[in-house]
Order: sequence, then C-alpha cells, then structure tokens
Amino acid sequence: MSKNETVIKAEPGKQELFITREFDAPRELVFRAYTDPEIYAQWLGPHGLTTWFEVFEPVSGGKYKFVQKDTDGNEFSFHGVTHEVLLNERIIGTFEFDGLPETGHVVLETTRFEDLPGDRTRVSSQSVFQSVSDRDGMVQSGMEHGVVEGYERLDEILETLSK
Amino acid sequence: MARTRTTHDPFNAVAEPKRRKVLEALGIQERSVNELVELLGWNQPSVSKHLGVLKQVGLVSERRVGRQRMYRVNAERLKPIYDWVAPFERIWNERFDRLDQVLEKMKKEQSDVKK
Repeated sequence: MSKNETVIKAEPGKQELFITREFDAPRELVFRAYTDPEIYAQWLGPHGLTTWFEVFEPVSGGKYKFVQKDTDGNEFSFHGVTHEVLLNERIIGTFEFDGLPETGHVVLETTRFEDLPGDRTRVSSQSVFQSVSDRDGMVQSGMEHGVVEGYERLDEILETLSK
Repeated sequence: MARTRTTHDPFNAVAEPKRRKVLEALGIQERSVNELVELLGWNQPSVSKHLGVLKQVGLVSERRVGRQRMYRVNAERLKPIYDWVAPFERIWNERFDRLDQVLEKMKKEQSDVKK
C-alpha cells in the first residue's frame, strides 16, 4: 500500500463528502490520468470489474458515461455532465449511478489539483449530495462492495491453494 | 432506506447538529447540566433532552457527584461512528494505489520520450 494516505471526511448529518490524496507525480500527469479515458479506466476500478467509457468529453459542457461489468456479466453504468474543466487545475461535474430505483439522485463533484513541492500533487474532491441519506447510502454501498471484494479475494486465494 | 429510531442508533443520534454540539462540549471534560446550559447558551430542558438521547444510545455516560449528575463522552461508543467510512475509504485507497501505479508508468513513458 502507498505511503500516501487517503483522507475521507464525511461528518454525520451532512450532505458533503471530502476525499483528499497526494501523489508522487507532477500535476500535469495526474490531471491527464483523470482526463484520458483509457488511462482513467485503468485505475477507476474496482478490482474484479471491467471498466470502460462509452462517452467521455473532458471539456466544459461535455458529458460522460462509464460502464462496469462484473464476472457474472452484470453491468453497472454511471453518467454525468462536465460543468467545467480548467486545465491542470479543476474539474467540476455531476455524477449519477444509473442502477438506483429512481433517477435524479445526482452528486455535484469538484476535483482540485494542487501543485506540491518536489513534483508532487494533491488531489482534493468535494462531493455534494442531494440529501444526507443519499450520501450515507453511497458510503454504505462501499461497505457492501467491500464485503463482495473480500469474498473475491478469498476466491482467488482458494484457487491458488487448490492448484 | 429506512431509518432506525434516533433513540436506538448512535449514527442518527449524532445526525442532529445540537447533539454534536453537546458531544463537542463534553469532549474535553466531564460537565454538569448547568455547566452545559451556560456553555451552550440553551435552556435547561433542551440540554437535558439532547443529553437524554445521547445517554440512551450510550454515547454519553453519567455519574452522581453529591447532588449533581456529571456527564462525559463514552469514547468507546463513539468510535464506530468514526469507523463507518473505513470500508469506503478502503475502496478509494485501492483505487488511488492503482492510480499510483498508472502514474509511475506514465512518468517512465515520459522520460523515455525525452531520451
């Protein structure tokens, strides 16, 4: 695991979520990893799912849609519009999971890229949800996923052992 | 998503901003209701009501000192609230670890081009 720590702040009862992480790479490179669909799909993950972009327009007024497929062939898609892209500085856009029972649970996301000394970069993102339960649902879906991922890991380990 | 009743779930109990204020006020030291009333500037019934909920979910404990009741934060019960983002954090950790690898590859490619 990296020495760079991911800091997630989700205060109880609020509609916001903050994620901050530093990277040992210059800002231009990190920004490219966020705006080149092929590179983006390589790290977006999660583990065990294949990710690809069907639409990706990293420009102000653009839109995107990405799809994730699990090993059973189930597909999950996500889409949004890109409100603003400021080269190497900032990306603002919306995010929506298409698999929810009703549409309209949109998240407003702002991602900032900050130059740090020694060719390092700090990425900080702020997500604003429409309600506290929307936000908590998102965080809790992480828990469910974490469990699934745990089992997948176990499958892998078992497979190696059985060989 | 159905919400559990405030009086049963510490997560919902701290969702109320006033109750977070009470926890903050108790954060550093044990206090009586009167001290909290003075510190927070609310009336006594309001302070007592919020203390009651916090006590019910186990976030606050009380003890008798003479005629007074002293309240303090029950740190053990508060911990799960700080831990609740942990699995979500792990997903992001893994995602960013992958980005680290991608960036290393990009850095290498870039320096190869310069050569």
